[in-house]
Amino acid sequence: MLLEVKDLNTYYGSSHALQGMNLQVDEGELVALLGRNGMGKSTTLKSIMGLVKPRSGSVKFRGVDITGLAPFKVARAGIGYVPEERRIFPTLTVFDNLMMGVKRGKMVTGDPDAWTLEKIYSHFPVLEKRRRQKGHTLSGGEQQMLAIARTLMGNPELLLVDEPTEGLAPLMVKEVRDMLADVHKAGVSTLFVEHNLKVAMSLAQRLYLMGKAHLAFTGTVEELDAQPEIREKYLEV
Amino acid sequence: MDSTTAMYVAQGIHGLAYGMILFLVASGLTMIFGMMGILNLAHAAFFMLSAYFSYQALAMTGNYWIALLAAPLATAVVGVLVERFLLRKVHAFGHVGELLLTVGVSLVILDAVKAFWGTESLYVDLPESLKGLIHVGGLEYPVYRLFVIGLALVVLFIMAFLLYRTRLGMVVRAAVSDADMVNALGINVPLVFMLVFGIGTWMAGVAGVAIAPILTVFPGLADQMGMDAFLVVVTGGFGSLSGAFIISLVFGELSSYGVQFISALAPVLMFVLMAIILVIKPTGLFGERE
Repeated sequence: MLLEVKDLNTYYGSSHALQGMNLQVDEGELVALLGRNGMGKSTTLKSIMGLVKPRSGSVKFRGVDITGLAPFKVARAGIGYVPEERRIFPTLTVFDNLMMGVKRGKMVTGDPDAWTLEKIYSHFPVLEKRRRQKGHTLSGGEQQMLAIARTLMGNPELLLVDEPTEGLAPLMVKEVRDMLADVHKAGVSTLFVEHNLKVAMSLAQRLYLMGKAHLAFTGTVEELDAQPEIREKYLEV
Repeated sequence: MDSTTAMYVAQGIHGLAYGMILFLVASGLTMIFGMMGILNLAHAAFFMLSAYFSYQALAMTGNYWIALLAAPLATAVVGVLVERFLLRKVHAFGHVGELLLTVGVSLVILDAVKAFWGTESLYVDLPESLKGLIHVGGLEYPVYRLFVIGLALVVLFIMAFLLYRTRLGMVVRAAVSDADMVNALGINVPLVFMLVFGIGTWMAGVAGVAIAPILTVFPGLADQMGMDAFLVVVTGGFGSLSGAFIISLVFGELSSYGVQFISALAPVLMFVLMAIILVIKPTGLFGERE
């Protein structure tokens, strides 16, 4: 088991945003976390990452308890986080944004599977073309590419991606979708939050579906496909 | 050059020297705000503390250069301790707690200097090499003001180098816009905060040492500088170093020439300029946040 979230409870003030959330990601999996707005999908990722502190429950990564650790410690443990709205550093160049992802300022050497600048540029050619541009000059889709590439520079074993296709033009949605598949094929286990059902169903091997602050369904794409009443209740407007 | 022109030039140099000192204080303030999201209301107290440290170091060693090196470092150590053992503890309770804490720290520093050194003005004597006037092309410049300008420029270049040529600087620039994201990428942001706080107080410390021979050392030093530095940060834009630099120099000249030409209005000139800039651009000159 790569990631195991057990009975997690997170509060924003008095609002109980996560109520006993459970999920697991195995080595090599590509898992989607679905649900309508405000159900707690992003909060789940932030709680894993330590960006919000859960009040109870546990997060284990490779069996090690990382619940409530500072985000930089969670990242160093091997979890990479790509936030909603990308959060590119606007005043830094594309190159510097990528360098920000390198852990402790040291590039991984000697591992042929490691994400290096060359490998990033071969997967994301647009970033090489734009490497001297400031982050804020990139389009939404390019920023999404950069956000994912920046996190990959830290060679995470597990990638958490929050709403990768949100606000993107349809063509770009497909490109980002293909890129996530590509990154997964390169060996990175991934848990992603997605509101676009088509993207999620076409990409994920397994799905978690959130109702208000808790888990409503879990299973494979085929299993969700076979249960239109669940889709209707928790996903379709 | 006639005597009127010479006077204008001398006044300009006075303004430049004050502007540079102001920038040393304001840059630390704006950097800490940009990164940590808090207005450090103890910042000017560190500036004053360093002036006292320089007085003490000079009294103990008799060597101005030792005082110049040691006082800002000692101030930075106090700053780092305050960040590590006080500010970090209240971080979880939000910005109001942090703000109140910095007010408390400034009050403690103020009372501590009064208890140790009293309330009267203390004189910091300059070495012979920094006293007197220098004659260039028929003009007379006070050596010390030129020295202050040079000192500030050296600090400025060190800062620019750190900020734009090192990984630490890159991290700081990124954290100014989004500290949480930097943290999530695996960078020890609390440690970076502590370093920035230390560097910021060190710069305020350099300014404190620089101003001591000009204004003498007294507890009220913090008030005047605190207000001016705050105005610079607001007008230049919260978190913007280039904004702080430009506005510091403009304020320096405004106060210098203002006193000369319209002395009755001089104290309000900075406020007027701030109001004009904020009406046109509510985020300040180069700021992004309201």
